[in-house]
Amino acid sequence: MDWINAIIQGALLGGLYAMFAAGLSLIFGVMRLVNIAHGDLIVLSAYVALTTSVGLGLNPLLALVIVVPVMAGFGYALQRLVLNRTMGDDLLPPLLVTFGLSIIIQNALLMGYSADPQKLQAGPIETASVNLGPITLGVMPVMVFAIAVAVIAGLQWMFYRTALGRAFRATSDRQDIAQLMGLNRAHVFGLAMALSLAVTAIAGVFLGIRTSFDPAAGASRLIFGFEAVIIGGLGNLWGTLWGGIILGVAQTLGAKINPGYQILAGHIVFLLILAVRPRGLFPRMDG
Amino acid sequence: MPDPIISIQGLDAHYGDFQALYGVDLAVEPGQVVAVIGANGAGKTTLMRSISGLLKNKADAIRWQGRPIGALRADQIAALGIALVPEGRLLFPSLSVEENLIIGGQLGRKGPWNLARIYQLFPILQERRNVPATALSGGQQQMVAIGRALMSNPELLMMDEISLGLAPVVIKSIYEALPDIVGEGLSAIVVEQDIAKALSVSSHVVCLQEGRVSLTGGSGELSRDEISKAYFGV
Ligand SMILES: Nc1ncnc2c1ncn2[C@@H]1O[C@H](COP(=O)(O)OP(=O)(O)OP(=O)(O)O)[C@@H](O)[C@H]1O
Ligand SMILES: [Mg+2]
Repeated sequence: MDWINAIIQGALLGGLYAMFAAGLSLIFGVMRLVNIAHGDLIVLSAYVALTTSVGLGLNPLLALVIVVPVMAGFGYALQRLVLNRTMGDDLLPPLLVTFGLSIIIQNALLMGYSADPQKLQAGPIETASVNLGPITLGVMPVMVFAIAVAVIAGLQWMFYRTALGRAFRATSDRQDIAQLMGLNRAHVFGLAMALSLAVTAIAGVFLGIRTSFDPAAGASRLIFGFEAVIIGGLGNLWGTLWGGIILGVAQTLGAKINPGYQILAGHIVFLLILAVRPRGLFPRMDG
Repeated sequence: MPDPIISIQGLDAHYGDFQALYGVDLAVEPGQVVAVIGANGAGKTTLMRSISGLLKNKADAIRWQGRPIGALRADQIAALGIALVPEGRLLFPSLSVEENLIIGGQLGRKGPWNLARIYQLFPILQERRNVPATALSGGQQQMVAIGRALMSNPELLMMDEISLGLAPVVIKSIYEALPDIVGEGLSAIVVEQDIAKALSVSSHVVCLQEGRVSLTGGSGELSRDEISKAYFGV
């Protein structure tokens, strides 16, 4: 029963990883930008939530109403004012700039908040649980997983059913021809980054409720996000959810064997899948 | 003579250090079809890319209804009512046939063209509207590319070698649709390597040779000799 419990906890944790991954996947898909600062942006979101929830006396879950638009606006500005200047045929300049951004965010957080670990306090809901026979489910993990599914479903719908999604796919296919359709590439990229950071904001708030965080916590979140994207198959959003679940289950099973194996088990499963299926478990079918 | 809808004067174009166009002049009057001909590498596609804003130009090298537009971005050019059917079709592979057409109309310019009219012009596209655009045959893809450009209700339609790589019967059927298209009062620039085809659809011809205009004149007035001299440079 312990093992089944661990698998379920891992799967639920996978929802959080899928949200780390979805924002990463989105901007890579639309503009081939590998955002090294993604993990730090997740942590930045947690700090923005900390400041709003403490400053305004809000529950961090309610602070989402502020954190999501703030991060989305920041994403749009970041893309238009900084990253768009580096975009071109060469993948390297934007990669280096986001690497620099990662360092800037970490140091700014260190200056503003010190290196002490922080946590978002969401109140009694954090420890609430429901019993399903022998299995006990935390309300928070179930809620996070449900939100992750909703976020992925929402992104999927946006991508394949809306004008914005059509613009994203067209720009991803052929940037120059998309411009001939009257799409301003700089604006489309800005919207993609805004959406990416909106998802990141949600992920950051739930990360901060789940565990404590400090300014250096971004790197491992970036890795988890990357691993979920690659396991699931690049460009497949539902695959990304599966990637997150597999990573989460691997980590909790690893921790069950030996608490020190948690992270290692995730990396090993990632490498095994990469060795067997280099394009991920669910490579994109269409196009 | 009526004022030209678009006039190009002294247009240069470069790819890095390589100069592809030298002082090209061209004007299109409202309702006129101008053919641009020239051998491989003459600079026809470069001219189309310059006009559509994909290559940067000096602002006053290109004037649209008198207004300098050479320095605008491609999406701003499109919003003016200038549409390009690019060489090689270049459809969006992730989009269905219908989505390719819809995105062509996403600027929301008013005019006679909409999905229903495109399907009337090319009925086969309606049958296949939900398949990925690149799953179609070459000729059908070319119809999508033309439809996609028309969906923006352009005032100037530019078509770059729409017959390239297509079977003669397909070319014939596409060119048969042309009178319907320009009959709507729009102006057009048609790029063709096939001289006879170019002369038959246009009222005015511009011949490019190694990036320079080597000949211009009325489509009915130029002799074969003049054209082949301007075309091949012999
Ligand atoms: N992206 C590019 N980079 C460098 N040079 C280019 C590029 N595109 C075209 N050229 C060069 O510019 C010149 C004009 O090319 P362009 O494609 O405009 O010719 P074209 O008349 O359209 O030829 P074709 O009939 O083969 O389509 C050629 O010498 C070509 O090699
Ligand atoms: Mg060409």
